[in-house]
Amino acid sequence: MKDKRLTIALAGNPNSGKTTVFNAITGARQHVGNYPGVTVEKKTGSTTHGDVRLDVVDLPGTYSLTAYSIEEVVTRNFLLDEKPDVVVDIVDSSNLERNLYLATQLMELGVPLVLAFNMSDVAASRGYNIDEEKLSELLGVPIVNTVGHKGKGISELLDAALVVAGKTASKQRYPNYGGEIEPHLLQLTELVEQKCSRQRSRWFAIKLLENDAETIKRLGQVCPEHIEELTLEAERIRKHIESVCGDAAEIIFADRRYGFISGACTEAVTQSVERRHERSDKIDAVMTNRYLGLPIFAILMFLVFQLTFSVGNPVVDAFDGWKGDLAGAVSGLWGESGADSVLRSLLVDGIIEGVGAVMVFTPLIMLLFLAIAFLEDSGYMARAAFVIDRLMHKIGLHGKSFIPMLIGFGCTVPGIMATRTLETRRDRITTILVLPLMSCGARMPIYVLILGAFFPERVFKVLGIYNVTNQALWLFAIYAIGIALAIVCAKIFRATLLKGEATPFVMELPPYRMPTIKGLAIHMWERTWLYIKKAGTIILAIVVVLWALAYWPKLGEEKLGVFEQQRAVVQAEKQADAEQIAERLEEIDNAEHEAKLEHSAIGRVGKTIAPVFRPCGFDWKISTATIGAFAAKEVFVGQMGVIYSVGEEADEESEPLREKLAAKYTPLIGFCIMLFSLISMPCMVTVAVTVREAGWRWALLQVGYLTVLAWVLTTIVYQVGSRLV
Amino acid sequence: MNDRNNNSLPTIPLAMTLVGQTVTFAGVRNAGRGLTHRLAEMGLAPGENLEIINRGPGPFIVSVKGSRFVLGRGMVHRILVRPE
Ligand SMILES: Nc1nc2c(ncn2[C@@H]2O[C@H](COP(=O)(O)OP(=O)(O)O)[C@@H](O)[C@H]2O)c(=O)[nH]1
Repeated sequence: MKDKRLTIALAGNPNSGKTTVFNAITGARQHVGNYPGVTVEKKTGSTTHGDVRLDVVDLPGTYSLTAYSIEEVVTRNFLLDEKPDVVVDIVDSSNLERNLYLATQLMELGVPLVLAFNMSDVAASRGYNIDEEKLSELLGVPIVNTVGHKGKGISELLDAALVVAGKTASKQRYPNYGGEIEPHLLQLTELVEQKCSRQRSRWFAIKLLENDAETIKRLGQVCPEHIEELTLEAERIRKHIESVCGDAAEIIFADRRYGFISGACTEAVTQSVERRHERSDKIDAVMTNRYLGLPIFAILMFLVFQLTFSVGNPVVDAFDGWKGDLAGAVSGLWGESGADSVLRSLLVDGIIEGVGAVMVFTPLIMLLFLAIAFLEDSGYMARAAFVIDRLMHKIGLHGKSFIPMLIGFGCTVPGIMATRTLETRRDRITTILVLPLMSCGARMPIYVLILGAFFPERVFKVLGIYNVTNQALWLFAIYAIGIALAIVCAKIFRATLLKGEATPFVMELPPYRMPTIKGLAIHMWERTWLYIKKAGTIILAIVVVLWALAYWPKLGEEKLGVFEQQRAVVQAEKQADAEQIAERLEEIDNAEHEAKLEHSAIGRVGKTIAPVFRPCGFDWKISTATIGAFAAKEVFVGQMGVIYSVGEEADEESEPLREKLAAKYTPLIGFCIMLFSLISMPCMVTVAVTVREAGWRWALLQVGYLTVLAWVLTTIVYQVGSRLV
Repeated sequence: MNDRNNNSLPTIPLAMTLVGQTVTFAGVRNAGRGLTHRLAEMGLAPGENLEIINRGPGPFIVSVKGSRFVLGRGMVHRILVRPE
């Protein structure tokens, strides 16, 4: 076997099915990383086709190669710097003209190109009749029909890619900009060629005429001594074009590219009827109706939580049971003498109770991510942005800011990354600042633990048919509080630190699509896997440290002796009945547990910081867990698990954490815990991403204002609440 | 194509159009270079036809070259169009 290696880059508009095709090509052999220096996700994978090994790179979805968004810059730089052997442009063939716009730019760039006409099933069913052979000839680029989610045409696509790979794109055509522009363009191209770059000179010339800052910077690095001459000449030509054509050069270019596409399509595509949006428009007539839109949106959100809860909770209970069985089984390995074993305590009290407490919530997280994947894949997400636009306007943002916020309900980190689609820095920063108030999936375990402990499930019927649990209502209330706070805070930021006019809001609405099982499964799994991985790495490490802090220093012999003595006294009492004795023994056990904890390092730290949290109604145990939650929100649950199990007798029938909490605290404190967890400082990863995306000063502000807000609100609720109850 | 800017018909803001109407895009008031270019790349260049599909409480949904776009509340007041 020859080991020939080639790199294929996949480009394409968002929603063209690029990810689906990428998955079809690479199967499970994928790796997710970042492009250097930016937080744009870089997916790579590999496969073999015939005797060639293919490295496949999934470029970010873009509509064009202008440097308006980080995605576009990343895509462009990858093509210019890494020079992949072949570029496959995934085209949604049911929306040909718009999708071919990117193709024209790739053609101008002169990369070896193959067009995948994806969604060919949809195109056919909508009455488009595309003569690929003819279109391929007109564009000078091979075209292969594909159906991404069925894997159809993928092998042929790779065949075509191998033929083109590495060859100079000699047959490729590109738009002709017409009599007024071409001569000038040609002249500038020659100038670029002489002074600067022999390669891609036409592309550079076009970009110079479009006054593209990135290109000027790039050429400035290649030939610093000529850049001034080039920009001056470009400026002169641009002025000329503007005076002749009456529009800015870049507008003319865009217009002519569409003209070029339109010309090719008129010859090669016949269309029985325009039906691409028929069904979508009908659905939209309801979903985006000016009166129904918002209520429908609210109901959908509620359904997401209701579903997550009613389906997920029984599974979580089952997992919780298994965790208990596992702890018992592992404990059993030590037998009677195991009570003092350090290793036993580490395994059972630390790892199983701590990491386990986080892991048992995996089913809930999966369901939540599944719901979000459904909203994204079906196309509803963009409608939500439309529906919410007016409300967002009131707080100085626009509908598009809402998409990162929705994603933030799954996890704040991808939410922050999704703010990159916002055009102005003001909008981005405001959105990032309030994003942690969108309660993320990692906070779900805290709510579930608290709700399970203090708010026993009750079911009642709405409209006589639909079952709603009080827990789902509580959860909905918490999320609603988060949203309300986000609105208020955003408004304040937009009125003070981030003043300015609202930015224009333009967004493409993809047609509605029935999400495929496979697509949903992949989206859900990618994010769930991150959650599991986090539990197995960061959280495991933190939990072990916390366990050690709770285990050492140990209580001295003489102190332990006091409890032994008390036990002996109780057992020796003749007149009391067995039940009373058992009860008093348990009291002593609890007191011993408490004493051991208070003596430990974590107990001492906790006691030191506890006064700060006392107004919120938190004792030192909750306070330490709250601090621990900075590492990752779900650590709160793990830490409570550790605190409440270290020091317990090994053979003791361990009751679930929620029962211990219910016995120790009041529902009001429970609510305060939820409120504080909702608002208080974002997790470590969020802070790190905020630093990268917005700078450390904004990150500091974010941590600071959220923590203060959390403390103040929780204190008010607790103080008022405890006087009322 | 050259005469598209000296079309003598008066222009009105997009916000004043009705659902189902087809109009011609004429330009954007107070738009920077970036915005105009971005719109052009999406297919919204002067002379292009757009159809009003839906108007919500503020934003509009319009059809351009077979794609649906949301134009936010602020945009619909700034975009100028010519009724057919
Ligand atoms: N009917 C049809 N649906 C497709 C095809 N390819 C992808 N899809 C669906 O289109 C939706 C968007 O695909 P995705 O790969 O996430 O798009 P991306 O944004 O370009 O990465 C998913 O629900 C896919 O299942 C296709 O060839 N035909």
